Amino acid sequence: MDLFEQLEQVRTEALDNLVTIDSQVDLVTWEKRYFGRKGLVTQQLRSIGSLPQEERKTFGQRLNDIKQELSTAYEAHAQQVKLAEIEAELASGAVDVTLPGRAVAAGHLHLTTQTLRQIYGIFAKMGFEVYEAPDVELEKLNFDMLNIPAYHPARDMWDTFWVDEQRLLRTHTSPGQVRVMRERYPEPIRVILPGKCYRYEQITARSEHQFYQVEGLAVGRNITMTDLIGTLTQFTRMFYGASRTTRVRSSYFPFTEPSIEVDTDCILCGGKGCPVCKYTGWLEIGGAGMTHPVVLQNGGYDPDEWSGFAFGLGVERPAMMKYGVEDIRLFYRNDLRFLRQF
Amino acid sequence: MRVPLSWLNDYVDVKDIPVQELRQRLDLAGLEVETVEIIGYEGSELPWDPEKVMTAEVLAVRPHPDANRLVLVEVNYGGEEHEIVVTGAPSLFARKGESDLHLKVAFAWEGAILYDGHSEEWKKHKLKPTKIRGVPSRAMVCSEKELGLAEEQTDIIYLSPDTPVGLPLTEVLGDYILDFDIKGPFGHLQSIYGIAREVAVLVDRPFKREPLEAIRRLQLNVVKQPEFVELEIADPDLCPRYTATMIRGITIQPSPLWMQLRLKRAGMRPINNIVDITNYVMLELGQPLHAFDYKHLRHRAGSEKPAIIVRRAGDGEQMKTLDEELRTFDGEMLLITDGGGPVAVGGVMGGLESEVEATTQDVLLEAASFNFINIRRTSQTLKLFTESASRFGKRVDSELALVAGARAAELMAELGGGSVGTVAGDLYPGKPEMTVIQYDPALAQRILGVEVPVAEQQRILTALEFQVVPVNSSGEDIVWDVTVPSYRLDVRIPVDLVEEIGRVWGYDQFPHTLITEELPPLRHNKELENTERIQDIMVGLGLDEIITYSLVGPEDEVLLHPVAGQSLELPGTPVVLRNSIAPERSQMRRSLLPGMLRTAWSNLRFMDYIAVFEVGSIYYKVGEPNLEAGDTGVAEPRQLSVLLTGPRQGRWWQETDREYVDYFDLKGIVEALLARLALVDQVAWSKGAHPAFHPGRCAKVALGDKTLGYMGELHPLVREAFDLPEQPVVVLELDLAILMEAAEAADAEKKVGTMATYAPVYEDLAFVVDEAVPALDLQRAIVKAGYPLVADALLFDVYRGPQVGEGRKSLAFALTYQAPDRSLDEKDVGKLRNRIIKQLERGLKAQLRTA
Repeated sequence: MDLFEQLEQVRTEALDNLVTIDSQVDLVTWEKRYFGRKGLVTQQLRSIGSLPQEERKTFGQRLNDIKQELSTAYEAHAQQVKLAEIEAELASGAVDVTLPGRAVAAGHLHLTTQTLRQIYGIFAKMGFEVYEAPDVELEKLNFDMLNIPAYHPARDMWDTFWVDEQRLLRTHTSPGQVRVMRERYPEPIRVILPGKCYRYEQITARSEHQFYQVEGLAVGRNITMTDLIGTLTQFTRMFYGASRTTRVRSSYFPFTEPSIEVDTDCILCGGKGCPVCKYTGWLEIGGAGMTHPVVLQNGGYDPDEWSGFAFGLGVERPAMMKYGVEDIRLFYRNDLRFLRQF
Repeated sequence: MRVPLSWLNDYVDVKDIPVQELRQRLDLAGLEVETVEIIGYEGSELPWDPEKVMTAEVLAVRPHPDANRLVLVEVNYGGEEHEIVVTGAPSLFARKGESDLHLKVAFAWEGAILYDGHSEEWKKHKLKPTKIRGVPSRAMVCSEKELGLAEEQTDIIYLSPDTPVGLPLTEVLGDYILDFDIKGPFGHLQSIYGIAREVAVLVDRPFKREPLEAIRRLQLNVVKQPEFVELEIADPDLCPRYTATMIRGITIQPSPLWMQLRLKRAGMRPINNIVDITNYVMLELGQPLHAFDYKHLRHRAGSEKPAIIVRRAGDGEQMKTLDEELRTFDGEMLLITDGGGPVAVGGVMGGLESEVEATTQDVLLEAASFNFINIRRTSQTLKLFTESASRFGKRVDSELALVAGARAAELMAELGGGSVGTVAGDLYPGKPEMTVIQYDPALAQRILGVEVPVAEQQRILTALEFQVVPVNSSGEDIVWDVTVPSYRLDVRIPVDLVEEIGRVWGYDQFPHTLITEELPPLRHNKELENTERIQDIMVGLGLDEIITYSLVGPEDEVLLHPVAGQSLELPGTPVVLRNSIAPERSQMRRSLLPGMLRTAWSNLRFMDYIAVFEVGSIYYKVGEPNLEAGDTGVAEPRQLSVLLTGPRQGRWWQETDREYVDYFDLKGIVEALLARLALVDQVAWSKGAHPAFHPGRCAKVALGDKTLGYMGELHPLVREAFDLPEQPVVVLELDLAILMEAAEAADAEKKVGTMATYAPVYEDLAFVVDEAVPALDLQRAIVKAGYPLVADALLFDVYRGPQVGEGRKSLAFALTYQAPDRSLDEKDVGKLRNRIIKQLERGLKAQLRTA
């Protein structure tokens, strides 16, 4: 066999061997066998000297071609082997993707906080900032300054926790109205006043001795009833949904004149009538009215020059309606199974 | 206030207005109907089929051929033939054998749905033709129970003798009872007549005034001193008017059916004709009345002409009231007295001794007017809450007194068979001036924001019986003198008139606008912003927010210091309630911990791991209130509290850390919070002494010289006192104001730092120190000694044992050396290390631990 034939044989054998290889280790062995220092291809180069001069060039060229060819084949095959190996590894490393993950605690804001923030957000869009007033309040501010003198029948509307002759737990957020007016006069005012309120009431599924309210107050030189109705209608759309309708009823509160109450069509029955809305088709959103001249005056604003509106909204009740909560006691019992649902 | 529509229709005819439509109209105008009770009509619990349940008359009662206790009743129900009905009704049985009767009854035909009169419960059944002891029966005469009108099965129901036969029963007994929720002090809406007057305006129908015209009908001669009684008002400030009318020769008997029915539907129990009439007129017109038995007054006056003196009670004066309670009065309570002492608590309740009784023949009828505030005070002080006091307490028009007295006298004469004298007594020292309001119709637009035409305003006010007299109607400046009807005691100022106009015109017609007004300057609400910031950080750290009651019991504070001799320093003095719903809700909290611990307790019944926080106020007195300044004398600082307890990690399908959380879990949370607030380096930690905590696992957290609060593991005895399980419970309570003041300052000073690009050098160094040296001191000393080249010194090991000796510990730190402007070489690091070792030796007697 001459050297040419030998060369061709090495080539064939190398290519045949290469395609059978399926591991990195064998690849290394193959490379060493053909391209190592004593590799078969390497040896072919050394044998070039034993060829006659005129054949050397042809041989050399052929050898280079084969080296090139084998090296390309090797690269391609090595890539295949690598991919096959990765694939095998990935296949064995598969997990059941439905297994539960490593637990990370997800904290929750209290439902009341969430509702309050929602209310703050809606009124912020209409330019109302939040003003906070104390829980332990002066009788004078909780009642007298709001046009509710001692023994006046209007006081029957609030069952009160008394601290002493002059102090009580606020029964509503309204005393903050006078506080903010006295602080801000003579600026126009647009605030909401959230906070805890307290009523001397036994705790039942329908009533709590502690609950939140959000009061609103706007004072300016031409604040009107239509502004009040518009503001509360916008609130209702944002809070209860754009498809809700509202209605406005005349009502009575000692610190507003005229006084109104605003209802929305019952979110449960859509206005058809159900036990929740007492078959009226309407749910009360809150009480409101034009700030009583006496209250404006007590706040330092001359009722002949200024007018204002005020409203009071519940916090727990809307959340109860929205989520079908039937027992108000769930809010401040803090059963985490309840709170974590929101 | 329960108003049967059948009664309301006496004054304003609204029979043809569907009740829901009427309700809607009244609701919108401020007469809130809370519920509508339907009797007999469609929609009621038991609708009466108009074709099968009707009026009829019993003509004759014959014996049953085969039953001793039953009778056969011949009934004319308006059909062609009379019907024979088998019944055992006692009142019909008693008339066995009588004929030519014309007893009007409620009659039900086969197929009618009725209640079973003999069932204890409300059981409906359909009337079916049957044979009772051989006699076929396919109809019945009904009892109240069977018609759903009464709880108890008694006798059959009888209708007025003038009832036509064959009418659907609903036309006679059917009704809608509107239950009004009248908020506020509206005396004029405390009567059916008063509500009817409103209804008439709202539906624009004529209003019948007959009930107010009894004085004219009786041709009463009104004098100050009538012949039958001497009248004196000693305290006209509390009793502006006192009237007395005499009705003689009456017979006490049950009042007629129609009146009993009305009283029951309005929510009152019929007693006898005289008492019923006083109640009836009170319901009708809103004027409480009191009937004295005249013979008792005469007897007490020694058979002379009695004298009524209205005066304040002497302190400690006593009388037995109608409810047989001996009452003791104070000097501000108003009594109706005669020569023999008190006979009634004015406007609240009568005395027992002069009460109308079965033998009463002559009645002295009081119709008076009292100061509403004083009535309320008396009623509240005596805890005597009567219909009369409730109405007087909401202000009753003093003009009504004599009118209502005459109305009642007229009814008493009519239904009691007596006669009204020709004279009525009327002392009226406190007759009020008419209220006249100067009103500018432009005010309506200014307040309401819509233009209600002037003519429309005038029409509404006039319809509501206000007298409108233009004083000046030239050009732009229109001014009216508006005279307020005497019964509208709630209307005093111009905006009151605006309300009347607004509500009658209808707010539902108003356009919706938003404020167009000078913009108030916006301000930050730091407290709220800080609260929300903390809430968000804590929630982000995986904690659940709770909101607990502000009211706690005094015991809660005591439970926080369980060890005898230790006391808990809570700020100020507690805000204790004078009236509380329960001892455990009787004072305002001075710590958030009790609420937090109780929350843990209630939740541990359902879960094993709890991580919660609360941001809320504590409350304590710091001084006396200052009314002028609006200062309550109570501090309400906001606190942050946290509680963790339970296994560190939940069960999982791979191994997890099921050890209980401890001090260091809580500390990690606090450190994360401080990191978020950029306060890590400013906080001073030291060992804390607080009776609620484990004495060895309590830290006092401070900022500068201000104590921020305490954190640590709960004292085992506190844990026990709050019924918590035997596992570490770690808690924290910090003052939010102090924390956030520092956080705001840190924010204000915050400047971005550089992040070095040169490679840092890492090295571990361990130091041996005395047990008493706090780790934080060592750590801070390292950073200080190597400043500014020590970028971090992380404590990664604490060792105690033979290698370091008794009373000593080894603390190992992983140090990161880093320069902003170059790579540090071996020489730099060596110098730095030596400096740190030297300074630690000097300052803390720390020795480098060598391997």
